[in-house]
Amino acid sequence: MSFLSIENVSKHFGSLIAVDGVSMNVERGELRAVIGPNGAGKTTFFNLITGMLSLTKGRVTLDGQDLAGIDPSKRVSLGMARTFQITEIFPDLTVRENIRIPVEIQAGLRMSPRMPKAMEAPIRQRIEQLLEEGGLTKIAGRLAGELSHGDQRATEIMMSLALKPRLLLLDEPTAGMGDDETYAVARLIRRIHQEEKMTIVLIEHDMRVVFNLADRITVLAEGRPLAEGTPQEITQNATVQAAYLGGEA
Amino acid sequence: MENFDLKKQTPNLIVMALLVTLPLWINYVSYTQLGTQVVVMGLAAMALNFLLGYTGVLSFGHAAYFGLGAYGAAMTIRYIEPSTGLGVIVGTLAGMLAAMLIGPMIVRLRGVYFAMVTIAFGQVFYFIAFRWNTVTGGDDGLTGWKRMPLDFGFAKLDIQRDPTTFYYFVLVIFVIAVAIMGLLLRSPFGRTLIAIRENERRTRFMGINVNLHIWMSWVISCTFMALAGSMSALLNNFVDPRAFFWRQSGVFVIMCVMGGMRSFWGPMMGAAIYVWLQDYLSSATPNWQSFVGLVFVVVVLFFPRGVMGIIRRKATE
Repeated sequence: MSFLSIENVSKHFGSLIAVDGVSMNVERGELRAVIGPNGAGKTTFFNLITGMLSLTKGRVTLDGQDLAGIDPSKRVSLGMARTFQITEIFPDLTVRENIRIPVEIQAGLRMSPRMPKAMEAPIRQRIEQLLEEGGLTKIAGRLAGELSHGDQRATEIMMSLALKPRLLLLDEPTAGMGDDETYAVARLIRRIHQEEKMTIVLIEHDMRVVFNLADRITVLAEGRPLAEGTPQEITQNATVQAAYLGGEA
Repeated sequence: MENFDLKKQTPNLIVMALLVTLPLWINYVSYTQLGTQVVVMGLAAMALNFLLGYTGVLSFGHAAYFGLGAYGAAMTIRYIEPSTGLGVIVGTLAGMLAAMLIGPMIVRLRGVYFAMVTIAFGQVFYFIAFRWNTVTGGDDGLTGWKRMPLDFGFAKLDIQRDPTTFYYFVLVIFVIAVAIMGLLLRSPFGRTLIAIRENERRTRFMGINVNLHIWMSWVISCTFMALAGSMSALLNNFVDPRAFFWRQSGVFVIMCVMGGMRSFWGPMMGAAIYVWLQDYLSSATPNWQSFVGLVFVVVVLFFPRGVMGIIRRKATE
C-alpha cells in the first residue's frame, strides 16, 4: 500500500458535491501536485486529508493507518503538517519565536511549566538550524506580521517542518506572490523535497512551479479526477488540454 | 537560568522598588490601605490577564472567582476556624475547584459566546450569595469576623491592627503569585498559550489540544483571581454579594485594557489608576464613574495598547 492512500473520497455539502470519488496514491518521498481550475475542489480535498472536514464517503490512510475519526490536531502527531492558502503564522511574535513554539512542541514540552536545562541547547540549536534552512536568520528578530508575503510563507513552511512531519501538505504556497518570491519559495520546497526526502503534496496555481517541482500531478475538475501522471504526460494529455491547460499553455 | 539581563529586568525592578517602599511614601499622596487595595486589585487584574492578554480569551465573569475567594475566606474564618491562613487556602481552592468544573462546559466556546456564558455563571454565584441570607448574610454582606493575626509558632505577625504589616503580608502573596504567573508565561507551556492567542488554527495544526490548554489557562487564571478575592475580604474585613456581580468583572477587564493587556505589568498599572481615580474622584463627586469612563474611552481610542503601551513606545524612542 502507498504511504498516503486516498480511496474514492467524496464530500457533499447538502446537495453540492464538492469532491466526488477521488483516489490518489502518494509514495514515500514523492512530491505530488494537485492542480485544477478554480472550484475544482482542491482545497476541500486537502481539508479531507487533514481532517478539517469529515468524509462523506471513502477512506484515507497514512502509512497503513486509517485516519477516519482522527482529529486534525492528532493527525499532526501521526506526522501530518500543513500550510494554508492564507498564511497562518503568529503575527505579533518574532520569527524566531514562531519557530521556537513548534520546536518545543515537537520536543514534547507542550505541557512543560519550565524548560528542562538539558534541552535548552539542543532546542536553541534546532531553532537556528531551521532559521538557516529557511533563509530566515537575518530576519529572525523581526515580528512575523511585518514580513513580506514570501518571508511569511517561508516562516510558515519552516514552522511546519519544525514538527518533523512525515507528510507535508502545502495549500497554494506561492499564491499572490511576485516572481522573485515565487522563485524563492519554490527553491525552498525543492530543497526540502530533495535534501530531506520529504513527502509533499501541494496545491498550486502557478504552472511553472508545478511542472518544475512535481514528480507526479493529479488534475481535478469539478470535484472529479480528470487525469494523473508525470508532468510530461499531463502536458500531452488531450483532456487536460481541453479542460484546463488550453487557456494558459 | 539565563544570565541576568538588566534591560529585561528593569520593569520588574522598578515595580518591585515602588511596591516595597510604598508605605514610606504613600502618606504623601494617599494612605496605606489604598496601597493594599492597589496590590489586591493588581493581582486580580493580572490573574485575569493571564487568560485575556496571554491566551486571548475574554472572560466577563471573573468576579465569580474573586467572590468565591472572598466568601471562602470570610466564611471559613467566621464559621469554621478563626485562621487567616486557612481562610486564604479555602477561598483559593474554592475558586480553583469551581473553575475546574465550569471550565469543560465553556472552553469550546469562543469570543463573545465565551464572554456571555462566563457572565451567566458569575450571576449564578451572585444570586446564591444574595439570597442565601442565613449563611452569606445576603445583601447586607457577611460581617462578624475579622482577619486574624498570623501565628507561625516561633513568631507572630499582627496583620490585624497594623496596616503596614498587613500591606507587606499582601505584598508577599502578590509577589509569589505574580512570579509563578511570570515563570509560567516564559515556559514552553506558556508559549503554547500565547500561540493560541496569536493564531488558534495554526496552534491546532501543530497538534495542540487547544480546548485543553484554554481550560488549563482558565483554571490558573481563576485560581489567582480567587486568591486576590480572599485578600480583598481580609483587607475589608467584610464581603458582600457585589464581589460576584458582573459589573465587578467589567472593572477587571477595564483595568487590563486601560493598563495594557499585552504587557505583563499593564493590568497592575490599570488597577493602580482605577483604584486611585475611584478614591480621589468619589470623594469629589458622586458621578465619579462617568470620569473613569471618560478616561477609559480616551485610552481605548487613542492608546489601544494601554498606558504601558505609551510608556514602552516612549522608552524605545
